[in-house]
Amino acid sequence: MDWQSLEVSITLALLTCATLLPIGLALAYTLAKNNFYGRGFVEAVITLPLVLPPTVLGYFLLVGMDNSSFLGQSFFMLTGQSLAFSFVGLWFASIIYSLPFAVQPMMRSFEQIPIEVAEAAWCSGLSKWQTFLKIELPLAWPGIITAMVLSFAHTLGEFGVVLMIGGNIAGETRTFSIAIYDSVVAFEHQQAQIMSLILLAISLVTISIVFSFNRKNSRLV
Amino acid sequence: MLTVKLQQLSPIPLDVEMGCNKGEVLALVGPSGAGKSTVLRCIAGLHMPESGMIVSNNQTWFSSQENIKQTPQQRRVGMVFQSYALFPHLTVADNIRLALNKQLTANEKNDKIDYHLEQVNLKGLAHRYPYQLSGGQQQRVALARALARSPDVLLLDEPFSAVDKVTRRKLYMELNTLRRKLEMPIILVTHDLDEAAMLADTICVIHEGKTLQQGSPDEIFLHPENTAVARQVDVRNLLSGQLVEHDGELKLNWHDYHFSIAHSEGFVADQAVSWMLSPAKILLHQRVRASRGEQENPVTGHILDSVTLRGITTLIIEIDNADGSRLQMDLPHHVALRNQLIIGETITMSLLAEDIHLMAD
Repeated sequence: MDWQSLEVSITLALLTCATLLPIGLALAYTLAKNNFYGRGFVEAVITLPLVLPPTVLGYFLLVGMDNSSFLGQSFFMLTGQSLAFSFVGLWFASIIYSLPFAVQPMMRSFEQIPIEVAEAAWCSGLSKWQTFLKIELPLAWPGIITAMVLSFAHTLGEFGVVLMIGGNIAGETRTFSIAIYDSVVAFEHQQAQIMSLILLAISLVTISIVFSFNRKNSRLV
Repeated sequence: MLTVKLQQLSPIPLDVEMGCNKGEVLALVGPSGAGKSTVLRCIAGLHMPESGMIVSNNQTWFSSQENIKQTPQQRRVGMVFQSYALFPHLTVADNIRLALNKQLTANEKNDKIDYHLEQVNLKGLAHRYPYQLSGGQQQRVALARALARSPDVLLLDEPFSAVDKVTRRKLYMELNTLRRKLEMPIILVTHDLDEAAMLADTICVIHEGKTLQQGSPDEIFLHPENTAVARQVDVRNLLSGQLVEHDGELKLNWHDYHFSIAHSEGFVADQAVSWMLSPAKILLHQRVRASRGEQENPVTGHILDSVTLRGITTLIIEIDNADGSRLQMDLPHHVALRNQLIIGETITMSLLAEDIHLMAD
C-alpha cells in the first residue's frame, strides 16, 4: 500500500480547497452580483476545465509552467526550482482544474439570494461588507460547503492533469490515483482494489455530507 | 417633512414632484409599471435618478445640483419590501436586532426588540424563523425591522399585496392604529385605490413616471384635475359635454340636457369639457316622499343592471334622450329595496349642480 501517495493527495486536496475558498468566493460573488460586458466569456473560461480533456488542460499547463514561460521563469527566479513536475506546480494546476467546481455552486447560491434581501440590509444600516458577512455569506453557506467538498473530491481523484504536469515522483507528485494506476500496470490487483475502495469511500462520504447538509439548510433559504 | 423632486429619462422615465409631512400617510397610486416603486427606491437611496432633489428634515439626501448622493446606510429610512425581504437565516428577534442602532448595549437592544414586537402585535414570536411565520406575521416583522431603524421616513412598497384578503383587512386596521403613534412621513406604494383611500391622508397619482396630481382622497376621487387622473382613479361616471351660455349663466350641455353647474371657474362658453359625477352623489327621487333638490338637473332612465356588494347597491342606468349613455349610481341596499329598484324599472334622479365636476379636455 502506498500510504505516502494518499498523504500527497489529501494534502494537495486540502491546500487546493483552502486556496479556492477565497478565490472562488471573490469570483463567484463578482459574477453573481455584477452584469458587466464580457461576463459570459469570463464564465466560459472558468468553466472550461470542466469540459476540456484533462490531457489537453495538462498540456497547456505544462507549456505555461515551462521554465521558458513567464510563470515558470518567475517561479524559478523566486525559488530556484522548476514549477513543472513539482508539488507547487501540481497545486497550481489543481486550482485551475477544480476552479469550476468551486465557482459554480458558490455562484448559484449567491444568485439565489434575492437582491431585496441585500437591499433590506443596506436600508437597515449595514455596510456592503457587513451585509456580505452577516447576510449573504450565511445564506450562501450550503453552496460554499458544496463547492469545497466537490473541489476536495475532484482534486483527490484527478489523474490526467497530474500525469501530464506532475510526473510520478514519490512523496512529491505521485498522487493516490496515480498509485492506483501504477498498481494496475504492475498487476498488483489486490492493492489497486484496496486503494480504489478507499477513494470510493472517501468520495461517498464527502458527497453524502454535502447532500445531508444541503437538505438541512434548504428549509432556511 | 420629506420633499421629493425627481427627473430621469431611463431606465423608466420619471418626472415626479411630491411632499409628505410628518405623521402623514402619502399613498403613491398608479398602474403597474408607472414608476411608483422606482420613486420609493430613489427615496431609499437604492436607485439614483438622473437629476432632482430629496430633502428629509432639512437634510439633503440627494441633490444632483450639489452632487449629494447619500447611500441607503447614510439615510435613515425604514423600508418594507413587497416580498418583505426578511433575513431567512435569522430569527425574528435577530432580524430586528440588525436594524437597531449599533451603539446600544445588548440589554437595550433586547428591550427595543420587545418594544417593536409589541408595536406590531408579535409578542412571543421572537425566536421563530421567518419560514415558521404566516404571511401576515412576516409583514409585521418587516414593519418592526423597518421601525427598529428609527427612520426619518417610513417606506411601504405594496406591503399588503402578498397576504390574503382577511389578513389584509386586519393589517389595515393595525397600520391605521400604529400610524397615529408614528411621527415620521409614511409613503405607501399601492395600486389598490381602496387601500389608498382608506389609509392615506394624501394621494399622489403617478402615470408613466409622471405625478399627475397630489391631494386628499376626496380631492383626487371627486375633483380630479384632468381626465388622465380621472381614468387612473377609475372614475365611473366620466362623460363628455359642452359648455353653453344660457340665460346669462354657463350650463353644461349633455345630449338633450342643459345642467346647471355650481363650479365653472376657469371655463368659458362653447368649450368642450369632460365632466364627472360620483355614483354616490346622484340623488334618487324617492317614490314614497320627495327629497330636497329634486328640481335640480332631473334626468330619467331605466335600470339595466344592479349589483350589491357589502350593503352598497350599484345601479347601471340608461338615461333617456342621451343616445344610450349610462350612469352608475351607488346607494345603500336598504334604499334600493325600499324603492323597489329592480332591473327594468324607470327611475328619476337629480345630478346636483354642486357635485358636477368639470375638467378641461
